[in-house]
Amino acid sequence: MSLASLHGAQSALTVSDASCYFDVSPSLLTRVLQGESRRVLRAVDGVSFEVERGKTFSVVGESGCGKSTLARMVVGLQAPTGGSIHFAPIVRKDGSVGPPRLQMIFQDPFASLNPRWRVCDIVAEPIRELMLINGEAAIQSRIADLLTTVGLSPADGSRYPHEFSGGQRQRISIARALATEADILVCDEPTSALDVSVQAQILNLMRRLQDEFGLTYLFISHNLSVVRHMSDAIAIMYLGRFVETGPAEQVFSAPRHPYTRLLLDTIPNVETPNRARRALSGEVPNPIAPPPGCPFHPRCALAEPRCRSERPALLGHARQVACHMVAPD
Amino acid sequence: MSDPPVPLLSVRDLHVVFDTRFGRLTALDHVSLDIAPGEILGVVGESGAGKSLTGTAIIGLLDPPGHVAGGEIRLDGQRIDNLPSDAARRLRGKRIGAIFQDPLTSLHPMLTIGDQLTETIQVHLPMGRAEARARALQLLQEVGIPAAEMRIDHYPHQFSGGMRQRVVIALALAGEPELIIADEPTTALDVSIQAQITTLLKRLCRDHGMSVMLITHDMGVIAETADRVAVMYAGRIIETGPVEAVTRTPRHPYTVGLMASIPSMRVREAELKQIDGAMPRLHAIPSGCAFNPRCTLASDRCRTERPDLEAQAHSVACWNPIVAAPS
Repeated sequence: MSLASLHGAQSALTVSDASCYFDVSPSLLTRVLQGESRRVLRAVDGVSFEVERGKTFSVVGESGCGKSTLARMVVGLQAPTGGSIHFAPIVRKDGSVGPPRLQMIFQDPFASLNPRWRVCDIVAEPIRELMLINGEAAIQSRIADLLTTVGLSPADGSRYPHEFSGGQRQRISIARALATEADILVCDEPTSALDVSVQAQILNLMRRLQDEFGLTYLFISHNLSVVRHMSDAIAIMYLGRFVETGPAEQVFSAPRHPYTRLLLDTIPNVETPNRARRALSGEVPNPIAPPPGCPFHPRCALAEPRCRSERPALLGHARQVACHMVAPD
Repeated sequence: MSDPPVPLLSVRDLHVVFDTRFGRLTALDHVSLDIAPGEILGVVGESGAGKSLTGTAIIGLLDPPGHVAGGEIRLDGQRIDNLPSDAARRLRGKRIGAIFQDPLTSLHPMLTIGDQLTETIQVHLPMGRAEARARALQLLQEVGIPAAEMRIDHYPHQFSGGMRQRVVIALALAGEPELIIADEPTTALDVSIQAQITTLLKRLCRDHGMSVMLITHDMGVIAETADRVAVMYAGRIIETGPVEAVTRTPRHPYTVGLMASIPSMRVREAELKQIDGAMPRLHAIPSGCAFNPRCTLASDRCRTERPDLEAQAHSVACWNPIVAAPS
């Protein structure tokens, strides 16, 4: 992620130094009476990255690391408290130039579809709202196309969400996202509510749609093997900051940050069960009171006094690592 | 592993049904399994396969309208599926412990973990309060809670998810059970914590000679933890055997598909192998082999005749099992 490519035409999405702080202070009365101070939760703390057009950028981390907040900031569901998010304009089929369309695919396919609407209305909503197609007949034929694209049958349009399984509902969510002719899809744990065999179906569908429509994905997940399968580039997030970024291939084959290595080392894996492990210990600290210095130092085997006081910056070009003990490339 | 003469837990032809207004639904269909003393049996399957129900039936906590309609469950040779409710309650916690998925809902939010442990210990073991508290402290240390002397007086909300699950494990150990049913014990936990919990389960099993039935959908957890594995599909066990054999050379087409649909950590494939379709609902289980509509190898026999598990160490319930390629 050199400066040269920072403004290149290739990136569909550029996030610069984005932050999201939440004020989680006790009430004014409590603060006055009990002498408590304001508290700020730094959910996302100065994160920068860019996503190449037509590629998949994944953010991996454990619960509470801020990856979902980051996704919500990108789609505009959460206002950043600092930094900027920039979308490169896109040239459409009819020659017009405009900002790209963004859609989000949520984790829980049971909560993200209106239970009282028929599937055809769910999929048609963005088309009607954005007035993309005129005429009911044309809309219906577009819906039939969309449902076929995601592997459902056009007749499914007249059914309600409860009649579908989790995997089929996630297909409906994807059809709804595609209905806007979206360019960028932000997927927040799209398969973690699904069984593995269904997960494979959805991941295959997403890869196929990416090839077919040139979609750009921002993919949020805690599942490393899913991320490995989907991503071109990845970022490992820990307590609101990126600790390592780079091309997925390199990060997985040669992880550099101790946290990335811990993740790759410890996750139960069917291919290499019971591999030799470093001593496992520690848990994710409370994000309201992160440790000083490098936030990972209490769990890190390499930690030195410097790590306890000085926060490491994310250094490097193609591969970035935020660690005092690892030399940047 | 050759089966010892008397397995600790022996389930034979367990049949669990739900009587609903749509008729009788068969949720578990002739499930048979054995767990030897000190053994970890993994039970794996997708949602709706009946894996949790198997565990629930063994601890006798089936909720109506579900009930056991046939078969028998024996613990150390003694029938436990037809016990009166008093005896069944004494059995639970004392001889069979349970660990559930969500450690927060398994703990009482208004009692300190010390109180909860002490109460459980006193219910099952003849101990005074002070003795029980000392035992509680010992259990917390055993499951790896740091600064247990202080933490014993904390409430569940003061613990992180991984630590709560350790407390739940300590609770399950309180009655010194011979068998622990662990239903998705790592699913609600963060990825870097999962291995800590499976390592703990394995150590406890080794140290106490305790048996564990580990129910999960995660093949990785099974491969790490279990000695043997039973793969369930639509209420039946369709493949069972030593964990190494089942994960490396699966023989049932469903298991093969399940293993292939897990994305690899080593290489990035262009496309994952997928099993089309979904598991049948309970009211529409196909005749013959329940997997036949999704199976690429299905023959006429598969559509009409139900295959049974073979009687050998690595056995499948399939008419056209895949022969492992010699590696």
